[in-house]
Amino acid sequence: MAEYQTHEFDVLVVGAGGAGLRAAIEASAAGAKVGVVSKSLLGKAHTVMAEGGMAAAMGNVDERDNWRVHFADTMRGAQYVNNWRMAEIHAKEAPARVRELEAWGAVFDRTRDGRILQRNFGGHRYPRLAHVGDRTGLEMIRTLQDYGIHQGMEFLMETTMLKLLKDGDRVVGAFGYDRERGRFHLIRAKAVVLATGGIGRMYQITSNSWEYTADGHALAFNAGAALLDMEFVQFHPTGMIWPPSVRGILVTEGVRGEGGVLKNKDGKRFMFDDIPENYRSSTADNPDEGWRYTQGDKTARRPPELLTRDHVARCIRREVKQGRGSPHGGVFLDIAWIKERIPNAPEHIKKKLPSMYHQFKQLADIDITAEPMEIGPTMHYMMGGVMVNPETQMSNVPGLFAAGECAAGLHGANRLGGNSLSDLLVFGKRAGEFAAKYAKENNAGTINAAQVDETARKALEPFDRGANGENPFTIQYELQTTMQNLVGIVRTQDEMEKALVEIAALKQRASKAGITGNREYNTGWHTALDLANLLTIAQVVAVAGAERKESRGGHFRDDYPIKDAKWGGLNIRIDKAQDGGLKVTQVPIPEMPAELNQVIEENK
Amino acid sequence: MATTAVFKIWRGEGESSKFVDYKTEVEDGMVVLDVVHRIQATQANDLAVRWNCKAGKCGSCSAEINGNPRLMCMTRMSQINLNEPVTIEPMRTFPHVKDLVTNVSWNYRVKMKIKPFKPRKPDAADGTWREQQSDIDRVQEFRKCIECFLCQDVCHVLRDHHLHEEFIGPRFFVYTAALEMNPLDTESRVRDLREDEGIGYCNITKCCTKVCSEEIKITDNAIIPLKERVVDEFFDPLTKLFRKSKG
Repeated sequence: MAEYQTHEFDVLVVGAGGAGLRAAIEASAAGAKVGVVSKSLLGKAHTVMAEGGMAAAMGNVDERDNWRVHFADTMRGAQYVNNWRMAEIHAKEAPARVRELEAWGAVFDRTRDGRILQRNFGGHRYPRLAHVGDRTGLEMIRTLQDYGIHQGMEFLMETTMLKLLKDGDRVVGAFGYDRERGRFHLIRAKAVVLATGGIGRMYQITSNSWEYTADGHALAFNAGAALLDMEFVQFHPTGMIWPPSVRGILVTEGVRGEGGVLKNKDGKRFMFDDIPENYRSSTADNPDEGWRYTQGDKTARRPPELLTRDHVARCIRREVKQGRGSPHGGVFLDIAWIKERIPNAPEHIKKKLPSMYHQFKQLADIDITAEPMEIGPTMHYMMGGVMVNPETQMSNVPGLFAAGECAAGLHGANRLGGNSLSDLLVFGKRAGEFAAKYAKENNAGTINAAQVDETARKALEPFDRGANGENPFTIQYELQTTMQNLVGIVRTQDEMEKALVEIAALKQRASKAGITGNREYNTGWHTALDLANLLTIAQVVAVAGAERKESRGGHFRDDYPIKDAKWGGLNIRIDKAQDGGLKVTQVPIPEMPAELNQVIEENK
Repeated sequence: MATTAVFKIWRGEGESSKFVDYKTEVEDGMVVLDVVHRIQATQANDLAVRWNCKAGKCGSCSAEINGNPRLMCMTRMSQINLNEPVTIEPMRTFPHVKDLVTNVSWNYRVKMKIKPFKPRKPDAADGTWREQQSDIDRVQEFRKCIECFLCQDVCHVLRDHHLHEEFIGPRFFVYTAALEMNPLDTESRVRDLREDEGIGYCNITKCCTKVCSEEIKITDNAIIPLKERVVDEFFDPLTKLFRKSKG
């Protein structure tokens, strides 16, 4: 019999980032007894990393903006394989969610007439991102945290869930452990909301923190929930790659906008080598024209460095693969070269790119006005996740809800910047509301003691193997190498199949992971436990990627480089099969109502 | 270029904890947290360390490096003399849990006791508020705080005198200042500052300001103005008289 502490809630929220806190606040407001489990300390979740802002068509800066434009922008960005109903709800409800944050204490930057200021961002037609300088995520999480702690919810900090517990079809709680003492916790709940974020730690180069180990994706999948759109992983072409401490941190597109160019180790500007046919007429064919474009010459065409993100990332990868990369596996991004073109270039660069100058100076000891930056694509965001009902955020498992990055639907093949923070608020609120409603309408179920004992027993196995077992950190590093090289920014059938073989071998080794020390704050143990989720979901990502035989948004295939209309009507759904394997289904996307189609047409 | 360096890392729990030496390679561009991670992955899998964003934004990896309170993710090895052993210890003001991890839950309990934001009724026609940027600049400075608790760690009222029950510390003076100076807020926390939160204990040595990872001017911009409010409300004879006459 496993020893554990028992807790009882109406609604259990797993995750305390933007989506989890917003869900918990809403469920508390509905009168539910709410427990929030967070893998880190409260207020440290990945939401703090968000910079740009939250997209909401408030029209404070440009009054032409409204939900219809935001909806059309989101659909276009998602390449039309997202859930149109979620995109509609998101566009309509985001403004109210932002204003609500202000009523709870958020202090946004202001317009001249004293309203919430909004800024331009890629893919958004009008200035739409409510923001606080470049630390909007911190403002959001602190506001939700400081408001939430007074709403009567209970927090279990530094606690990780290992398994969702079921009574028949429905979810009735979860079982996990706390980091500090390594004790087990059984949490009985009438409804569970997953808000665990993404999967970035299965990649070598990522902007994501250690917590992003696909926990929610795996908990849901193992409990019988369907996952959707798992082939759509967002990579940003320019992340820092050196020194190791900053690997993955974003380098803004603004560097290229100011004239920065990409070069390989031979000093060759390689982006001119491969300009896609459909962009040829709008792309400069010589360096001089490209330079004039960046300096505001409206007769010049854009330099090839400013082609779409997926294409730029693919070209970078090609250079590296063919042995022309930089010492640390990327390429060079050079803005210093503009001194050949303009006087006092260093001052100009510092003025135009102050935070980039500071970032490289402080963290990499590199003066970007004098030498090139080393950059490479960085895994940034997971579009795929738990398949949910667009209205309620409930999965196909009764009582199990999901919101934020671990849920699928809003972003389709590609997420627009700024749509993530608003996603957390809009669908976090809905998940909390409907989870509380579900809890009211249902009794506490029965806990299956055998399931609990089995989970606890397995969790402790790494201790039995001790130092003779496999090093869990090594296995995680190897998975990161596999995913980075074989299921990264550019994919092929052969490579994804090879990845699946490697993942299967790593699964074998992970089942032999061993650790030393005791249960108290033992990071090796935590890493060993995280491996199961990472490996399960890595397999799902590779299988989904192999299934979609076209290129669209974040999913780019060398062997199927063209977007295919047939695939434009399909989502890929993956369930856990009876035998423990994967069940892959192609699901037709429901037809959009005429009035929404009309909105898209009028915004084309 | 790789150099071999010695790191003395605080290991263990309770009475038995002590410095343990680790020898490891240090390469160009590494930060202290990279070194700790390397030691953890290769020599000490069970080494306890708290971290999240690794970009100076979440405030999780606070520690004392060669005695200086710092974020491990923002301390580059090139700033440190590697000819001598480098010491890495947990924050000393909070109860020790294990290795580099401390129990910071006191901070969360303190925050619970501070009266929350209470805005005035929306007064713009669209049901929201109007605020000028110049009126919120100082509040935004305070809201940059990432809750790394380094200011709490160095504050002598907490570190040396252990007045945790009578004094809320610099972090929560900054928090209170952000609420008190928010143009929308209608609550008053001045009496609490004086009677329950011990603002009088602070003798403005500015240790907190020096270690702030967000470079917030904690003493000058938050604590001193709050002290002035306390003085105005409780010790200024004219204000006192005015209050009396108003009942």
